[in-house]
This record gives sequence, structure tokens and C-alpha cells, in this order.
Amino acid sequence: MVLLLQYTLLFASVLVLVALGGCFSEHSGVINLGLEGIMVIGALGGALTLKYINPSLPTFVIIIAVLATSIICGVVYSMLLAFACINFKADQTLVGTALNLLAAAAATVIAKTINIAENPDNVSSTVQYGIAKKVLFVNIGGFRFNWFMLVALIALIAAYVILYKTRFGLRLMACGEHPQAADSVGINVYTMRWAGVLISGLLAGIGGIVYITAGVSEWKFENGVAGFGFLALAVMIFGQWKPVNIGLAALLFGFFRALSNVYSGFDFLAALNIPGSVYNMMPYIISLIVLAFTSANSRAPKAEGIPYDKGSR
Amino acid sequence: MSAEVKKTAEKQSFLAKPAVQSIIASLLCIIFGLLIGYIALLFINAKGANEAIITIIKNYFTYPSKAAALKYLGNTLVKAAPLLMCALSIQFCYQAGLFNIGAAGQYVAGAGASLFCALSLGLPWYVCLLAALLAGGVFGVIVGVLKAYLNVNEVISGIMLNWIGLYTVNMMLTGVKEVASPYTVSVANTNPSALLPSLGLSKFFSNNKYVTIAIPLAVLIAILLKVILSMTVFGYEIKATGIAKDAAKYSGMKEKRNIILTLFIGGALAGIGAAFLFLTGYEQWSVSQSSVPGMGFNGIAATFLGGLDPIGTIFASYFIQHITSGGAYLDKNIYPSQISDFISAIIIYLCGFVLFFKYFLNSRLKNKKNNAEGGNK
Repeated sequence: MVLLLQYTLLFASVLVLVALGGCFSEHSGVINLGLEGIMVIGALGGALTLKYINPSLPTFVIIIAVLATSIICGVVYSMLLAFACINFKADQTLVGTALNLLAAAAATVIAKTINIAENPDNVSSTVQYGIAKKVLFVNIGGFRFNWFMLVALIALIAAYVILYKTRFGLRLMACGEHPQAADSVGINVYTMRWAGVLISGLLAGIGGIVYITAGVSEWKFENGVAGFGFLALAVMIFGQWKPVNIGLAALLFGFFRALSNVYSGFDFLAALNIPGSVYNMMPYIISLIVLAFTSANSRAPKAEGIPYDKGSR
Repeated sequence: MSAEVKKTAEKQSFLAKPAVQSIIASLLCIIFGLLIGYIALLFINAKGANEAIITIIKNYFTYPSKAAALKYLGNTLVKAAPLLMCALSIQFCYQAGLFNIGAAGQYVAGAGASLFCALSLGLPWYVCLLAALLAGGVFGVIVGVLKAYLNVNEVISGIMLNWIGLYTVNMMLTGVKEVASPYTVSVANTNPSALLPSLGLSKFFSNNKYVTIAIPLAVLIAILLKVILSMTVFGYEIKATGIAKDAAKYSGMKEKRNIILTLFIGGALAGIGAAFLFLTGYEQWSVSQSSVPGMGFNGIAATFLGGLDPIGTIFASYFIQHITSGGAYLDKNIYPSQISDFISAIIIYLCGFVLFFKYFLNSRLKNKKNNAEGGNK
């Protein structure tokens, strides 16, 4: 039971981080379908830091170093989206998809190149980070507290404050609702949208490293992050683009994802003899159902997905 | 002087043609994509980079004998056919303003249905093909219904269905897998009647037994789609829905029905694509695979590289498959074969700039024209 709670909170942390990323981007008016790809790149940066860092350094330093690389990787990678979609008015769906494919391919190429350089016979795309990973958590009784859970909580509170209580957040949201009006009162829509996308890169980058360190101590980058970026988008829609609701939605989705990790530990679930694939499918099925019920009256930012053109004011 | 003016006018009209612009844009995407791929190769290992990029571009031409080259050309075509079908699926839906990223899942559903019919039920190939069509179509319809009636974003529902499809097919095909490996049993040994007929086509490719009617059929379907889109009322309605959904509704088109029908056709195309590959026996399905096959995603590259035109898509699909197959010939102990996927992904990203490129070109041409006319007055 403790294990289920632990995994639920861990996967919910991932979903909260990435969904908040999507939330910032969409409130600024850009649909970020590249979250999945940004997660992969952030995860790669974090995993390589964990692999090469001296494990005897203080815990705090390691965590900050890992977070920093993941953030830098995520932010830099999200610039590709901002550049194409904001400055060149490219199709946001197309570029987001391109980012996902590019991330999977690039991460595989990079991981393989590193492996080959170490040992020419090792042509796998797996990065191992087992030793340094231990610093990421503290055992409290049977519960394994992961520092990233705290990061997710801070991000959630910060997102709420920034979006609703600061001038920046309110301006950001104005750019997603009615960019022409925002521009007419002197807000630079392009800058705001860049800010929205870069924040989404920051959060999704962290989300990536949290996801791959959740249960295992090595990651095969050929697999990407198994649609988690899109699950986060489903969480965001279910949470109606509001931070607090996103937090609650993430707990629900995190629970179903955790179930596929730990179902064999429950006697009554194991006794049902349902194949593991069914549990694997669960989060995706739930999200389809949830989307079906919540999308009709969606409160999506009105101008999302439409490139802003100063001339059309 | 008038001849000169006429000449520039002719030149302008040549550049102003949408087809010409699309071809230039696609060629630029390819050149830049390969260039960036080459730079990546330089970073990995500068010594062999020249040779490596040539290997990717040459693909089967690396074989010295003509017979071997022909045989491996056949293999590239065998995989280009399903890729073309996936690309057509995405292309067709995109005309209606729908981004069918679920093609990957519809492809998986088609693979599952065709292999299940072939291996578990022992049915002949045409029934398997029909099953793949229906399975892919049903997956498409789910996305369509969710989109039309419940306003669910088709990209997100498509991705969710990709994973649901993958796990379902893995479960479905576990019954027909080889004892010692995660792969499904061979179609040729279990049920030869399920193999697509070759009709003597394999003779042209040094008796490559995987070359079947799938290849010409895929091209025929592409041409058929071109005809449907440009010459029928249904095609017109689909394009109208894509350009302005509300206007289409206002003018009496049933936009909900059109969305669902479009996604059914799109799903069916991707489903048939899977049957075109798995019913040749070229590949076996691995029931332990944990990622969605890339065919549907590569289809996105082919679609946009083909300038969103069914005929252009034929050439683009071949090109994408050509470099993907070429990547497999790289020395695995120096270069990862995924460098080809990297190049395709870069190409998709660059395709995002095509619209801006055309806009830029047209406004340049317009300015030039205005200047020229001003000079004449």
C-alpha cells in the first residue's frame, strides 16, 4: 500500500510538472505538443549528469546539478518550438510532433554514441545512473521520499502565484486569450509567448528526469518517455488549465499509472489474473474517457494555436 | 526591351506556380536535413563522416552487382509501400484539417488484425487485408467521433489510442508467437494463403519474394486519392471543411459526418499499410515491443515532404524509406543507425517553415512584379 502511494505521488509529480509546463505555454497562446520530446531531452541531460557526477558530493549539490542540466536542456530544446512557431508562424501541431520525433532520434543517437565511445561493442541506447541516483530519495519508514516530489509541490504553488497574483502571469494569460487586445495596451505578445514556451521547456525538462528516475536505475532512450508528455496534456485539459485542478487531476492519473507498477503486490488484483498489458493500457484508457467528458465545455485559452500576426490587429 | 520584360514575366510565373514552389521547398528541406545529419556525423566521428553520409544516400547501390542492388531495391520498396499508406492516411486527414497522428496506432491495429486473421484463423490474404482495413478504420472512427461530437483534440486521443492499440495487439498475438522468441510465427510457414500474391513482380527484383502487389497497389491508391480530392464532391467538401469548418457547415455540408468519414478512410489506409508489410512475411511482429512502431510517424515526414499532395507523397515516401534503409548499412560500431530517423525528424521540423518560405517567395515575386509594372507605365 505504501508502495502504491509512493509511486502515485511520484508519477503525479511528473504529470504536475509537465502539465504545468503545458499550462504556461497554452496560456501564452502556443500549443506545445512537443512536451514529450522536451521531456526526453531533459531526461537525457539529467541522466548523463547523474552518470558522470561524483557520487560523494553532498546530496544538495547533486540534486541542484541534475535539476540545472535538465532545465537547461529543456529550455534550449523548447527554443526550437518558440523560434518556429512564434517568429515564423509555423504550424504548431507539426512542429511539436517534429520535436517529439527529433528528441527520440537525437537522444538515441547521443546515448549510443557515448556507449560506443566507451566500448565499441556496446551499441545499446541505455544510460546507467544507478550509483548517484540513491541521493535522490530518503527513506521514511517504508516510504521512499523523493526530493523531486517537493520540487513538484513548489512548482505547483509557484505556478498558482505567478499565473494569478503577478503582473507577468496576468499579462501572459492575456496573450493567450486575446493577443490583439494585449498588444494594444503595450504588452509585447512575442516576448510573452517566448516566455510561456521557455517556462514549459523548463518544467518539462525537470519532468523528464523525474520520470526516468522514478523506478529504475537505467534508461533505454530508444523508448522515449512512453507518451507521458501527452498524458500530461490530458491532465492539463482535465484540470481545465488551472494549476490547482491540474494537481488533483495528476493525482488521479498518477494512481492509475502507479497501479501498473505495483498491481502484482496486491493479492486480490493478482488473483484476478488480468494480463499486465491491461494495467499498462489503463492510464491511456482513463485519459480517453476523461477527455471525452471534459473537452466539450473546455475552457481552453481562446487564442491558443493561432500564430500572432501584428498586421491582423 | 519588351522581350526582356516578357522573359521576366515568364520566369516569375514559373516560380509562382504552387507546384514548383512546393518542389523547391521540399528539395531545400532535404538538402538542409542531410546537411544537418552530416554535421551530426562529423561530431560523432569526423573521419568516416563522408563515407557514412554517402552510405546513407546510396542505400542499396552499395552492392556492386546489379542483381543484389535490384534485390535490395525490392526490400526498400517493400517497406516504402506501408510508409506511403501511412503518409496518405495523414495527408488525407490533413486536407480536412485533422492531424492524424493516430496513424501509428491505426497501423498497429491493422497489423494486429491482419496477423490474427492470417495466423490464428488461417484466412486467405484478401480477408486479412479487409480485416486490417476495418481495424484501422475503427481506430480512426473512435478519434473521429470523439472529435466531432465531444471536441476532443485528435492529436491527444490519437496518441492515447496508439498505446492502447499497441498493448491490445501484443496481447492478441501472444497466442501465435514462436515458442522461443517474442516474434509471431512466420506467415509463409503457417498459412501461405495469407501471403499477398506477387503476380510475377518478384522476377523483376532478382526473385525477391517479398515484392508483391502491395507496391503497385499503394501507388494506385495514391492516384485514386488524388482523383477523389481534386475531382469529386466529397473531396471538395473535405477540403472545404479543412479550410473553414464553420463556412462548410453554413453551406450545408455535414461537417461532423465528414470528419468521421475522413478519419475512417485515414484509419483504413494506415491499416491496409500494415497488412501490406506483414502479409509479405518481410517482418514479424514482436509481442514484447514496448514502443509504437515508427512507421506512422515517418509517414508524417513523407506527407509534409511530399507537399501535402498524394503524388508528391509517393516520391517523398520512397525518399524517406531510402535513407532509413540506408542508415542500416552504417558501421554499427561507429555510427548509430538512428541517424536516419534524426535526418527525417529534422526534415519534418524544416517543413514547418515551408509556409513561411512560400509566403516570403510570393511577396518577393509580387514586389518585383509591381516594380516591373511601375517601370512600364
